[in-house]
Amino acid sequence: MDLAATIVLNGLTLAALYFIVASGFSLIFGLMRVVNMAHGAMYLLAGYVGYSVFEPLYDSDVWYAWYAGLAAGVAFAAVFGAAVQLALLGWMQGQELRQALVTIGLSIIVADQLLASYGGTPRQFFAPDAIFGSTQVPWVGGYPTFRLVQIGIALAVGVGLWLLLNRTKLGMMIRAGVDDRQMLGACGVNVPLVGVAVFALGAALAGLGGIIGATAQPLAMGADGRFLLISLVVVIVGGMGSIIGTALGAVLIGLAEQIGQAMFPTYSVILTFVIMVAVLALRPQGILGRA
Amino acid sequence: MTIRITRRATLLGGAGLAAGALAAPAVAQNTPIRLGGLTTLEGPFATGGQDAYRCVQMELERINHTVGGRRIEFIRESSNAQADVALARARKLVEQDNVDIILGPLSGAEGIALRDYSRTLTGKTIVNGSSGASDTTLRNPSPNFFRFSTDGTQWMAGLGKHVYQTMGIREVAVTAGDYAFPYAQVFGFNLEFCRLGGKVTHYWAPLGTTDFTSQIAQINRSNAGAVVVVHGGTDGLAFMTQYAQAGGNKPLVGGSIMADQTMLSARGPHRRVMVGMISGGPIADVIDDPTWNDFVARYRRRWANEGGFASPSIHAVNYSTNLYGILHALKEVNGDLSDNQAAFQRALAAAEITAPTGASVKLDHNRQAISDIFLNKIEERGNAAQVVAFDRARGINQTLGIPEARFLSLGSPSRDNPGCVATS
Repeated sequence: MDLAATIVLNGLTLAALYFIVASGFSLIFGLMRVVNMAHGAMYLLAGYVGYSVFEPLYDSDVWYAWYAGLAAGVAFAAVFGAAVQLALLGWMQGQELRQALVTIGLSIIVADQLLASYGGTPRQFFAPDAIFGSTQVPWVGGYPTFRLVQIGIALAVGVGLWLLLNRTKLGMMIRAGVDDRQMLGACGVNVPLVGVAVFALGAALAGLGGIIGATAQPLAMGADGRFLLISLVVVIVGGMGSIIGTALGAVLIGLAEQIGQAMFPTYSVILTFVIMVAVLALRPQGILGRA
Repeated sequence: MTIRITRRATLLGGAGLAAGALAAPAVAQNTPIRLGGLTTLEGPFATGGQDAYRCVQMELERINHTVGGRRIEFIRESSNAQADVALARARKLVEQDNVDIILGPLSGAEGIALRDYSRTLTGKTIVNGSSGASDTTLRNPSPNFFRFSTDGTQWMAGLGKHVYQTMGIREVAVTAGDYAFPYAQVFGFNLEFCRLGGKVTHYWAPLGTTDFTSQIAQINRSNAGAVVVVHGGTDGLAFMTQYAQAGGNKPLVGGSIMADQTMLSARGPHRRVMVGMISGGPIADVIDDPTWNDFVARYRRRWANEGGFASPSIHAVNYSTNLYGILHALKEVNGDLSDNQAAFQRALAAAEITAPTGASVKLDHNRQAISDIFLNKIEERGNAAQVVAFDRARGINQTLGIPEARFLSLGSPSRDNPGCVATS
């Protein structure tokens, strides 16, 4: 019983991480119709940049080392995302294949540059003591506090995104843009600028995921591909461009992965894809996607 | 105008042709030997692969890239520990870079793929890098594939016995990667441990798993007296970190690529739980042997300021051992790779060399190394964790001393055949 509870909690905490990363991917696709294949690279980039800030501070034992790393990683990812949109993707708006290929190329360049400058040694963030130990959870017992914090951050991201999209002027423009870009432009809105903002936000979420993820699991080469794939699967299952759909997809995939690992470890990967195949067969637009 | 062919011209032309033909082999001897390196600079074993090339480079620099009067040209290629990628890169080395010899690969399943590929080649030789699946040379071996490093099963020699008899543990949880190399390691451990009467529960996870929390929850609730961890690279680091975070406190027994500088040099809470861990393998950081001390000193001099570890990693030592095999054989034949490398391959098969660890290495009839295995313990020395050898078994062969026919009848190591069988 307590084992089952632990596994479910593991699944949910993993889902929280997946949601943080995939929400940025979903957001960018929702408005921009760009399948951002460099999303994983942004995760990795934020992780390494954050680590460069984090490590010297951690060595000198200051309490805000992790927060500084987090801020640096997220900020860098946001700037990088905005730059990618401005310099590369902006002028090929609407050419989906071209954009996908450009972002794939970008992700390869970023990954190789990171490998060249940071090497292959895995790195890991150590969260501040306040959120690093373990917490007593009913039915589960001692559980790593940081994984619970992950759920909190994911909830904050989800609520924040929902408020942003449904309660602000920017959100209104984004939602309008999803439905009809031309009409939005005709209404006097600077659509390209909204695009840059959305890209920066999506990249910042990838960056946030990068720091959180690198605190929970080692950060190393290959994480970019893994998280890109997970983002794709989560968004396909949940429905492109829907925040609640993304959350649902993340929970399904996270649970499937952990339950699979406990019950039939070799095939846990397959379980993830079985879910995806089932969704694609029965509801191609995703569980909560709009047709 | 007519062309008159005089006798003199004909003679001159003939002499010219003959001279050209005679000169050709001499030219071939002066062309560099092309040695293709294949290791993992991507994926979960990127750190180990990088270190492997450090040592290959160091050893080639030491002989000034020359052996048997011929220059060696080293061509680096990389895979990501996946068999299909390794195969594609090996093909590239052979077909496009036109290498004579491949030194590699690093990981288990890659080794089996390259063994099969080597069988399709004529006049090329593949010498293993650090891959340690036992079937690579044990079953269906290829005449073109040589391995001067020991395999994953050999590396566990003495470990199961130590855990059962010395540590007095009767039940263990084995957590291992779900691919060829850990199968071989688990098989080697279980052969001894189960034969003595030990009980084993297995937890497998695919290579590339980074979230082990559910598995750890199961292990911590089990009756196991110790945890045998046969992961490596980022998987191993993730397991150990999460084990430490989950408050795991069972004694740890490590697979050979677990107790290694690639793991100990990474920062994190895993270092705390890893101190005291027992493991088996072809190397340790601290071995009381002058050859090893010299190798480590040279490694530190060469790489201390260029990102090297405190002590060479297991992969680096395995690549070096195999490189020694190649260099020894090339020297024996004076760099002669003619006749489809027949003489070179004979020299390889007969080679008796000394590995960087000081262990003597010779090959069996399957072209597989028979060499020494160390029993190690991780100790805190100074400010760093180090793997210290406390016992050494000499001349361990691929079947751990069990008659080959008997050993083969146990079946190939796999997740369904992890070696918990009676061997008497």
